Amino acid sequence: MNFKIAIVVAMALMNSAALAAEECEVPLSFITSDNDLTRVAKAIKQQHRLDIAVVGTGSSTLPPSPEGENFAYPARLQAALLQLLPGTDIKVFAHVQARQTTAEMAADLKQILTAEKPALVVWQAGTFDAVSGIDPEEFKTSLSEGIDAINAGGADVDLMNMQYSPRTESMLGVATYADIMRWVAQEHGTLLFDRLAIMRFWNDQGTFDLYAATKKYDMARKVHDCIGRALASQIVNAAHLTP
Amino acid sequence: MIRGLGLAALLRWPAASANPDAVRAKAPTGVGASATVAQRPPAAAERDLRLDLFRGIALWLIFLDHIPENVVNWFTIRNYGFSDATEIFIFISGYTAAFVYGKAMRERGFVVSSARILRRAWQIYVAHIFLFTIFLAEIAYVAATFENPLYAEEMNVLNFLKEPDVTIFQALLLKFKPVNMDVLPLYIVLLLVFPPTLRLLLWQPGFALALSAFVYILAWDFHLNLPAYPNGVWFFNPFAWQLLFVFGAWCALGGAQALSGLLRSRIVLGIAIVYLVFAFLITLTWYYEPLARYVPLWLSDRLYPIDKTNLDVLRFAHFLALAAVTVRFVPRDWPALKWPILQPAIQCGQHSLEIFCAGVFLAFAGQFIISEWSGGPLIQTAISLLGISIMVAIAGLLTWYKRIEGRSSPTRVKTSNADLAGGEA
Repeated sequence: MNFKIAIVVAMALMNSAALAAEECEVPLSFITSDNDLTRVAKAIKQQHRLDIAVVGTGSSTLPPSPEGENFAYPARLQAALLQLLPGTDIKVFAHVQARQTTAEMAADLKQILTAEKPALVVWQAGTFDAVSGIDPEEFKTSLSEGIDAINAGGADVDLMNMQYSPRTESMLGVATYADIMRWVAQEHGTLLFDRLAIMRFWNDQGTFDLYAATKKYDMARKVHDCIGRALASQIVNAAHLTP
Repeated sequence: MIRGLGLAALLRWPAASANPDAVRAKAPTGVGASATVAQRPPAAAERDLRLDLFRGIALWLIFLDHIPENVVNWFTIRNYGFSDATEIFIFISGYTAAFVYGKAMRERGFVVSSARILRRAWQIYVAHIFLFTIFLAEIAYVAATFENPLYAEEMNVLNFLKEPDVTIFQALLLKFKPVNMDVLPLYIVLLLVFPPTLRLLLWQPGFALALSAFVYILAWDFHLNLPAYPNGVWFFNPFAWQLLFVFGAWCALGGAQALSGLLRSRIVLGIAIVYLVFAFLITLTWYYEPLARYVPLWLSDRLYPIDKTNLDVLRFAHFLALAAVTVRFVPRDWPALKWPILQPAIQCGQHSLEIFCAGVFLAFAGQFIISEWSGGPLIQTAISLLGISIMVAIAGLLTWYKRIEGRSSPTRVKTSNADLAGGEA
């Protein structure tokens, strides 16, 4: 909703830009930001390595399936970054557990930070909070505290919001939580990966038919791959690294 | 600033001279019966058609806003400022409730008017449960037909179907409320406490409004809200939103008169316009990201979040500014209020409960069609227009029913017209 103008602008850009780009290319406006990933830039420039922790819930993984983990976006992010940043040692650790509220995830952050010392935490949140109707005020506090903990632990943050899910849109009120994530990100000068807007863009463009009912994993895997790649581009942009 | 404005006005306003509207309203009631024969509602001369007009428009906007994927909801006011159609709806509902039941309370006493208010609350409760049933049908359909591994997490929202005993019970208790079905429960709660509120408003209007503002402040300071199921609190916090409802009621019972001096002042108009422009510019930055960097940090720190649940002061002030400007440029005897082109909106506003429910249902149905056929802007526009046309048709039908019922049983004319005064409560 909030991004309709951005989408219109982006569509205009898309039309003028070379359409030779890949299928699920995302307009630059979605993956550029004023908020820099300074710790990521430092880790890559000084140590030639980048450790990323992905903290998230059900939508950061694919349901149990053969090699499911390899197709979910954390693994795809690692693959995409390896491609974009050859010569850098890149590791993505996924701390994904379904049915966790943001408060529960925030409580685990400290331990992850001390154990792995990542330069970046990709924190996917909001969906389960919306499903369980967590008090938005509480959600906001958990997010704020989590971001502070990550920064204090020496890592940058990239907040990831919900998936765009047209089928459940009238039952699952994600807008309130998405707005809060935007505010909190802005307040903390933190990067936000707007999965909601990006997937909506794909749906509007016809890149994916997110309304389709299917038992197959093809589309889900493609979407995760595209998210992994868009996320990688955003990280590279925000750390001012030229691939 | 808002509280200051309200309190200043009510200090100058003696409770005894309470309701000029009501005094004037009494005279033509007798003429009523004969006027009905001429197919003209007798209360028409007294009825402030602006209330019906703006409530009707608010109902259309709520319908449009409830369809998430819709180009037409670019035209709704929430995209141009802090407040949205909900504020208009709740304020006017408070106004008309006080107008209708205030008159009843003065003429027929506390018990009779309270009984009527509670009957109205019951009707709204039944309407809400009816909408909930439709929602259940939609959910059950999605649960039965939709599967996609990509959305395993989102589908958790359907889990409540696994324990319908708990869910339906919680819905009956108004604790479980699906998305977009929060307004009616708020309205029910506001009406449940309206009898004593109205009594107090009639007796000591200034004190009643001050008390309402005090409850609003308490709600903010102590995070008062009603619990929701399975977690959290009500989306529209009744302890906060009651302020708008009571303010509307206060205006109906003479407050508007007391404020008329302020409303005529050029300074107030100037402040209101400046604030509306400011809100518009801030809203622009939400939709056009590159502009956001021009909002200084100290300002955005103070602005955000603009809390809808607790009726943020910025939203309340935005509504006041809108109302001040509207009242200024749309006088009570505005000739256009009689124009045929505005009658559909006015009729919708006069049957607010039915039209609200129709709107929620049509939004469900419209969204369903849009997503099922991945409708582009053209289909979205067509569905929006069709939805509003259906709402207008229903309002027309209800007006017709009211008219034939009035004609066939002349004894009932008086009561039904009391309900019509200023639209339904």
